[in-house]
Amino acid sequence: MLQIIILILGVSFILYTILGGADFGAGIVETFAGKKGERIISKALAPVWEANHVWLILAIVILFTAFPLVYSTISVVLHIPLMIVLIGIVLRGSFFTFRHYDIGHSGTHKYYTAVFKVSSFITPVFLGVTLGAMILGKMDLVSTTGSFYEQYVQPWFNLFCLAMGLFSAFLFGYIASIFLIGETKSPIERERYLRLSRFFMLLTFVMSILVFVAAEFENHPLFDEFFSAPVSIAAFTGVLLLVPAIFYLLNHPIILFLRAAVSMQVALVIVGWFAIQYPVLLVEKNGNHLTFYNTTAPDATLFQLLIALFVGLLFVVPAFFFLFKVFKPGEDQHQVNH
Amino acid sequence: MDDLLAARLQMATSLGFHIVFACIGMTMPVLMAFSEWKWIRTSEPVYLDLAKAWSKGVALFFAVGAVSGTVLSFELGLLFPGFMRHAGPIIGMPFSWEGTAFFIEAIALGVFLYGWDRLNKWVHWLSGVVVGVSGVLSGIFVVSANAWMNSPAGFSWENGEAMNIDPVAAMFNDAWFSQALHMTLAAFVATSFAVAGVHAFLLSKNPGNTFHRQAVKIALSFGAVSAFLQPISGDISAKDVAERQPAKLAALEVLYKTSKPADLIIGGIPNDKEQRVDYAIHVPGALSYLAHGDFGAEVTGLDKFPPDERPPVLITHLAFQLMVGIGTLLALAGFLFLVFSWRWKHNLSRRWWLLFIAFLTPLGFIAVEAGWTVTEVGRQPWIIYNVMKTKDAVSAMPGLQYSFYLISAVYLLLTGLLVWMMRRQIETVDHFYPSARNPKE
Repeated sequence: MLQIIILILGVSFILYTILGGADFGAGIVETFAGKKGERIISKALAPVWEANHVWLILAIVILFTAFPLVYSTISVVLHIPLMIVLIGIVLRGSFFTFRHYDIGHSGTHKYYTAVFKVSSFITPVFLGVTLGAMILGKMDLVSTTGSFYEQYVQPWFNLFCLAMGLFSAFLFGYIASIFLIGETKSPIERERYLRLSRFFMLLTFVMSILVFVAAEFENHPLFDEFFSAPVSIAAFTGVLLLVPAIFYLLNHPIILFLRAAVSMQVALVIVGWFAIQYPVLLVEKNGNHLTFYNTTAPDATLFQLLIALFVGLLFVVPAFFFLFKVFKPGEDQHQVNH
Repeated sequence: MDDLLAARLQMATSLGFHIVFACIGMTMPVLMAFSEWKWIRTSEPVYLDLAKAWSKGVALFFAVGAVSGTVLSFELGLLFPGFMRHAGPIIGMPFSWEGTAFFIEAIALGVFLYGWDRLNKWVHWLSGVVVGVSGVLSGIFVVSANAWMNSPAGFSWENGEAMNIDPVAAMFNDAWFSQALHMTLAAFVATSFAVAGVHAFLLSKNPGNTFHRQAVKIALSFGAVSAFLQPISGDISAKDVAERQPAKLAALEVLYKTSKPADLIIGGIPNDKEQRVDYAIHVPGALSYLAHGDFGAEVTGLDKFPPDERPPVLITHLAFQLMVGIGTLLALAGFLFLVFSWRWKHNLSRRWWLLFIAFLTPLGFIAVEAGWTVTEVGRQPWIIYNVMKTKDAVSAMPGLQYSFYLISAVYLLLTGLLVWMMRRQIETVDHFYPSARNPKE
């Protein structure tokens, strides 16, 4: 039962990274997307971003229901980065919608865009920072004598977490660039997103190396861990093997395959990381790690949660397919000016 | 500002902000689907225009509602980790159902808002109905989690740990039904009256305008029926609170001393020091009747509780008076509208009546905020009634007030922008929708 819940939590996390990531990334990419970028991005995001966003809520609900101690612990120690994430989510969602729905192109329009873009970048950075802090193991859950800085800032304010943050933002930009190729039929615009895809892929790759370097810098043996676990080595190989495939597809675009390939890469990155981390959810300074097993809620809770998740997915998955089918990319050229 | 107060204020601000959007998200899909249904049946373009015009506003509100709801799901932990550590496994179930319902709502809303030209009209209409149903369901699930805080069930509390957890019993606690009913009706009352009020005001400025006229009719019909039912649901709630949370009842009615029979106190200012209410109207025995259905029944006063377990009286009482006062006014207005629709068809041509409806615009939402103040402040000092105190659940991180300032500033900005944008939408409505243009003079 617990394994299934962990699996669903993992899948929600992967789906949020891909779908939510594409939405955040679109806001990052828009800066480089030229004059038509705004329209293409708005049209692609508007019907789906709220639904994509719910994967995060699902992951959080699973976390606080099934692993309450993990949720309450990160809430305290990582209060500051999480608060920034929240403000980012609020501003991004609101200002994206304001821009889309506010009447007319008055002076406010450029402020909506500015807030949308900035928060689209800040939020993934701090999501990455939060995740980095959970891995790095600078949180001290035992001593309460540390200064404010030691207890509530140092665990996330360091090179490794910063590298994780930037890695997340670039990864999201990469996902978004690939996804946006399919959102336009104009050859010039397509070429732009093909170029952006290569650019962000390179950035993500460089940043992933810097994540490992930063980990060494912070005395966290990420490299050794990653390349001693068979699963993560396999995942890493998979990610690398997909690179030439994606390069080929960028030259001969087949939208569905491109999207599948990049989604696969993201999933593999997460699986690879998960493999070295499992079953630890939160690495603690003194070795009192919080794991899936030492924070589990009672069986009665897991059972009810599982029922809710199953019934939920039974409704949600077909509904999602319907949503994506109705708003199939590339169609609807005639009413772009809506 | 101490951390406990900061955390409570931040939670209050976040909830008070989100609840407005939640109410709109529960009610507007129903109004839009109803209007679209009228359009499919009658082919009158005004109904389609109304549904579309409303959907523009709903898109704005829904987005802010979705993200401010996300904030809450994190803030429960950010502010009260001690609460969530224990409560998570117990009330996670309604939250996971709520997540599901919200998922469906978000997907169906995407289909509804952007699918006007892509779907068969019945399929489109159905997507609106799905938004409405899942919106109401997700509201009910969240309220059920809150009801559990007032009426904890489904676990036993042993040495500071929750044991023998039964999530089903927790979800269907004693308070869930009365609270869910009261909140759902409140959402319909507040939103419908607000919508009717805005359109009534515009109708008073543009007499004979069909668009606004139909809008008032539809919104006020929903508002009137729910406002009319609300006092009944309020009575159920009052009896329930009297039974389960006598301290809350005593605070909202300022009953310092246990009395038999107990007077109903209307208005007045509680004077904690002298243990009496100044300037209030007393209705002899009425509280006994409302609480226990018997004019001679004994009603427990605050004196039965140790001083550190009494809720703040002043805020609870004033908020309660405000809620009941507004509720009564709206129920009367709803009743008048129903009578007028039956006997006096021209009521929507009368300026005084339209202006009166316009005056009611914000009141429903004020009552909703007041009602939540009663629920939450009236439960203090407990976060889980009689189990855990709020001060024992608050985050250990110092400096929580900065979080509070930050979130308040963001929400203040969003509120200002939304008000401004709604004005702009309303001003340009006749530009986009032909039926909203005034008839030629």
